[in-house]
Amino acid sequence: MAFGPYLLLALMEGLVKAAVLALTAVGLSLVFGVMRVVNVAHGAFFMLGAVLAYTVAQYIPGPAALGWLAALVIAPMIVAAIAAAADTLVLKRLNYDPEATIVATIGLLYILEQAALSFFGPDARPVEAPFTLRLQLPWFGFSGYKLFVILAAIAILLAVWWFMTRTRAGLVMRATQVDRQTARAFGIDVDRVYAGVFALGAALAAIAAVLLVPISQSHYLMGGDPLLLSFIVVIIGGLGSLRGTVVAALIIGISDGVISMFYSPTLAKIIATAAVAMVLVFRPQGLFGARA
Amino acid sequence: MAAVILSATGISKSFGGLCAVDGVDFALEAGEIHALIGPNGAGKTTFVSLLSGRITPDRGQITLGGEEITRLPAHQRVREGIAYTFQITSIYPGLSVFDNVALAAQAHGAKDLHAAVQAALQRVNMADLAAQQAATLSYGHQRLLEVAMGLALKPRVLILDEPTQGLASGEIAGFVALVRSLVPETTVLLIEHNMDVVMDLAQRITVLNHGQVLARGTATEIRANRAVQAAYLGVEDAEG
Amino acid sequence: MKSVALHLGVLVLLVVAQFLLPSYHANNLSRILVLAVFAMGYNIAFGYSGLLSLGHALLFAAGMYGAGMLVHHAGTAALLALLIGTLAGGIMATLVGLLALRTAGVSFMIVTLMFAQVGFLTILYFNGVTGGDEGIALTAPERQFIGLDLTQDAPRFWVALVLFVIALAANLALVRSRFGRVMLAMRENEERSRMLGFNPYVVKLQILVISGLFSGAAGAAYALLFGYIGGSFASVQYSILPMLYVLLGGAATVLGPLLGAGLMFYLIDFASGLTSAYLMVVGAALVALVLFAPKGILGTIRERWLPWLP
Repeated sequence: MAFGPYLLLALMEGLVKAAVLALTAVGLSLVFGVMRVVNVAHGAFFMLGAVLAYTVAQYIPGPAALGWLAALVIAPMIVAAIAAAADTLVLKRLNYDPEATIVATIGLLYILEQAALSFFGPDARPVEAPFTLRLQLPWFGFSGYKLFVILAAIAILLAVWWFMTRTRAGLVMRATQVDRQTARAFGIDVDRVYAGVFALGAALAAIAAVLLVPISQSHYLMGGDPLLLSFIVVIIGGLGSLRGTVVAALIIGISDGVISMFYSPTLAKIIATAAVAMVLVFRPQGLFGARA
Repeated sequence: MAAVILSATGISKSFGGLCAVDGVDFALEAGEIHALIGPNGAGKTTFVSLLSGRITPDRGQITLGGEEITRLPAHQRVREGIAYTFQITSIYPGLSVFDNVALAAQAHGAKDLHAAVQAALQRVNMADLAAQQAATLSYGHQRLLEVAMGLALKPRVLILDEPTQGLASGEIAGFVALVRSLVPETTVLLIEHNMDVVMDLAQRITVLNHGQVLARGTATEIRANRAVQAAYLGVEDAEG
Repeated sequence: MKSVALHLGVLVLLVVAQFLLPSYHANNLSRILVLAVFAMGYNIAFGYSGLLSLGHALLFAAGMYGAGMLVHHAGTAALLALLIGTLAGGIMATLVGLLALRTAGVSFMIVTLMFAQVGFLTILYFNGVTGGDEGIALTAPERQFIGLDLTQDAPRFWVALVLFVIALAANLALVRSRFGRVMLAMRENEERSRMLGFNPYVVKLQILVISGLFSGAAGAAYALLFGYIGGSFASVQYSILPMLYVLLGGAATVLGPLLGAGLMFYLIDFASGLTSAYLMVVGAALVALVLFAPKGILGTIRERWLPWLP
């Protein structure tokens, strides 16, 4: 294949990665923005979404699309419920102390990974795509499902944006983000908002995972990469800024797709991780954030 | 006239368009007790933060004992002899009173730590509390501990930021006597709201208003100054 | 002097245990001692000084690879390799600290985590030299330590014990020194410390370097004593484990790291006998500790009964 089409393929693969990454990272960013919690278990929620998607799809008879659709609804709901419980039982009791919550979410990550291993086993399992449409371009064929993933991610991100800016629940969340004390004084049940935000953040990771599994398979250790990449995206986009997060997801996802097509993925990861650490050291407000 | 130990020439600092300190000239004479007063928001705390190096000025020059220290970071200014006690009590709550003062004494390079700590604690009448955890002290004692830490640094200039705030009236009398006993070995710059304390202690007074020097002089001169009465004392009287 | 007696007592107990315990447990004891040295290094940064790093695996790995690759590739004598490995931990801590200490709090945690991740991936990337994921097994001739054969249980224990004693003495001396007081001051109130004339950046860098020397020594000793270096020792898990030991045993206590390492080692050992789900134990222990006993075992004991405990 000539270089031009090859690059086009790399870009399209990168766009798929960026779409999944944007969803996952927006969940992480939301939790950090509103609650000031660095959720190390976010990757585990992603993994849980994938593993549950496989499990749900197994139990639903009939066409593959039905099983996948059921998974798209059920898996995020279960993950959200687990996240809400974790918030109420653990994080709330730590008063959201930043360092204690990181230690606790590391613990949560281990618990979830081990639970997935015990109930699900060590093997990677595929989930059948809801449809198998192939787009034939002049140089190569491209999976129609991958294109659908991109569109679905855009639709969900728009829905999140609409939810945060146009609904009462979103307004309450943003009010809590600005000032927790004042929000409480105005009669907002901050505990419930926090549980809701934590659940929503986890659900977004789970949705991203359900979108991804027909392409990539589910596995109990699959949460590591999304966690690291989401961190990178959230930091570069500016901690807590949703718009910056989406832009950064596009940049990171596409460049990750392109770089790993031409170079070793390990080298790509080394460079990306080191670069992001440097951003945190020298420009803690992120590349796009203006505030100090 | 005594030698100038700490001086500021035309220093300014703005925060996002708001000019908190605007071209202030200021000279502290060795061995005096100098009070800095002014209504809330006059820029007093910003001004002493500039002197102590917690923030750097946009313009102007600061000298200590004739040497320029404008760009010197805060911790080095402390080593050069400017000690600062915080407006909001800032001690090590988890450590003992002894350790709190010992940190100051060892920062100054005291050879005999025990003697240095005891000396500083005796000046504030807290020698018998050395073993107590700082967090368990009464508020008045925490303020005094803060001063003891400043003393253990053996500073040339001691900046006291609202030291009597929150003290009971009985405690204030003892505090006034303590500060008076510090000069002339140490020079004291006092930021204070309590006018009785200011008039009682200060040999000279500088009044700040809107980030600029409104007046300076002795207690009598300041009391007689019309501009000060209008901008400051009048307000204070109305409140009190 | 109560504390000197206590620490001597602990050492006597360790020596006696070596003679009484069956070989399996005596070997575990060696491993626990080395891990305890690692945890002591972590404790100096986190427990005493409040520097919560998530990247100490990098410092451990610097010591491990510094020593292991020297004996393996260059035929360096084991004692020299141990010393160089220790230094490697300190140097790595300097490099990380120079950059990471420009940040604080949560950013510091993430930056240290990322630097460690870079180190881990680098080890995997250069698998031709490092052995990558598979690692390198050190041969018997490479593990001769000033005439002691470290493939044998008894010499291995004595070397581990001597290393532990040196680390324990250094740790005690450090926390009783003037610098030890400054470490606590950094944790308690950094701004106050600055206004007493301490440069927080320099002080924290010094703390991190000391912590790195401990971690590097532990990593180097681990390579020589147990004859294996591998990428997994640079993974996130080896940043989490010392934190877990310290939290369990008691942050800012001298014996906490040993107690935590020992208890956690046997808890995992015991759990993996019952179930393969030992990570679950680690996870549950972390959550339970931050929820119910944030001061750890010795921290709680000190608070309630023994205020003199160092």
